[in-house]
Amino acid sequence: MTTASCQTAPAERVPALVEQFKGGLAAPICLTWEWTYACNLSCTHCLSSSGRRDPGELTTAEMRSVIDELRAMQVFYVNVGGGEPTVRPDFWELLDYAVANQVGVKFSTNGLRLDAGRAQRLAATDYVDVQVSLDGASREINDAVRGDGSYSMALRAMENLAEAGFANFKISVVMTRHNVPQLDDFAALADRFGAQLRITRLRPSGRGADVWPELHPTDQQQREIYSWLTDHGDRVLTGDSFFHLNALGGSPLPGLNLCGAGRVVCLIDPVGDVYACPFAIHDAFKAGTVRAPGGFAQVWRSAPLFAELRTETSGGACRSCSEYSVCQGGCMAAKFFTGLPLDGPDPECVKGYGASALPAVGGGLPRSGTDHSHRSREVPLGMPSVRVPAKLCDFSPLAGT
Amino acid sequence: MTAPFEPDRGYELNPAVALRPEPFGALAYHFGNRRLSFLKAPELVELVRGLGSHRCVSDALAIVPEARRDVYLRALASLAAADMIVPQTAESEGA
Repeated sequence: MTTASCQTAPAERVPALVEQFKGGLAAPICLTWEWTYACNLSCTHCLSSSGRRDPGELTTAEMRSVIDELRAMQVFYVNVGGGEPTVRPDFWELLDYAVANQVGVKFSTNGLRLDAGRAQRLAATDYVDVQVSLDGASREINDAVRGDGSYSMALRAMENLAEAGFANFKISVVMTRHNVPQLDDFAALADRFGAQLRITRLRPSGRGADVWPELHPTDQQQREIYSWLTDHGDRVLTGDSFFHLNALGGSPLPGLNLCGAGRVVCLIDPVGDVYACPFAIHDAFKAGTVRAPGGFAQVWRSAPLFAELRTETSGGACRSCSEYSVCQGGCMAAKFFTGLPLDGPDPECVKGYGASALPAVGGGLPRSGTDHSHRSREVPLGMPSVRVPAKLCDFSPLAGT
Repeated sequence: MTAPFEPDRGYELNPAVALRPEPFGALAYHFGNRRLSFLKAPELVELVRGLGSHRCVSDALAIVPEARRDVYLRALASLAAADMIVPQTAESEGA
């Protein structure tokens, strides 16, 4: 059912609503706000190429004024991410400020700060939701992507949340070639902790571009995800991210099933830049900054990029496809970062049109506009490879604090 | 769970619900259960906002052309099922 996430299944269904959404809303429904690029981890598929803190990140005062603005625009909740948002020293203060201003917060975390005491405080705070990232239901599969120790850290955070009585927190999984066979295990894990499973699509964004060719699910696995979601979709959140799979069958997955970029979705990054979508951190999708006069509201309402995204897309080569009405050409960011035309097929088009177009794409693919990755060198010391930080503070944003 | 919808009773917008005006009508957000609903016609928004000042739902529907009353009655029933609108309390009835 409808929840305070990117799942926007309306209570009453009238097809015209999706048409209305295409023209954009008065304010976003699904606003992702990344609070810092700093992260204690270096996940291989990080969509925002996070690691090091950006010295220009929004100050506490600027963060508060954005929250004030969101309240005035009636943005009822935000999805806070990073980086690891909890490494901001003012994280808990900002969380309380947002909640006190009727801007609910669902924050994504790798579990770093969620000790027993914090979990208890969160459980006692209304209007906060927690999403713990986990990309493998087993240590090996998770840590291969998220780094050594990340599985234990996430599990500990989940235990703390469950023990504190935080019901229905989210376990957020990016689906990869290695964890698709674990779908049932993830569901069992969620049940064990009284949590809800959320699975999303791997995008070739940020560092994800480097690993996407090897990590994105196979065609067969895409079919498995689709049929698994058809069976379990009522209990599992997806951030509406698998709508390109609708071309596989007669029953569309629950959700909006439309690229919401700039229409119902957008991203505010840690330095205040506004992008059409969290997976599209690139100048081509930058609409403006909250630091300009007029703030976020001005960008949302008047950015030329957003006006363009709110017009009907031509559909290009996909228009003649029998499935266009259900898949809508797929994900804009996935196309962009794999070098496919935005009005062409998604690289994971289930009809195979994307896969057959990919070999013709030349080199020089667009890269995400910002890269805050830890500056470490991969040193081959046999197996497994060891990361050597160039400076201690590159290894952990917590060093020295 | 929610009591069955009774058009002969007075209803009002749940105080835990905020309405955000949108080009199509309004977005309703329930701060308690964190659910979203969409009010897909400006007329429905007006009806919902005014609900509390009518003794019963059937009275409130008088502002709507007869041909559309059934549609709006169903919309109100689904809003009641989602706890977006709630029966008036004795206090609000007396006010």
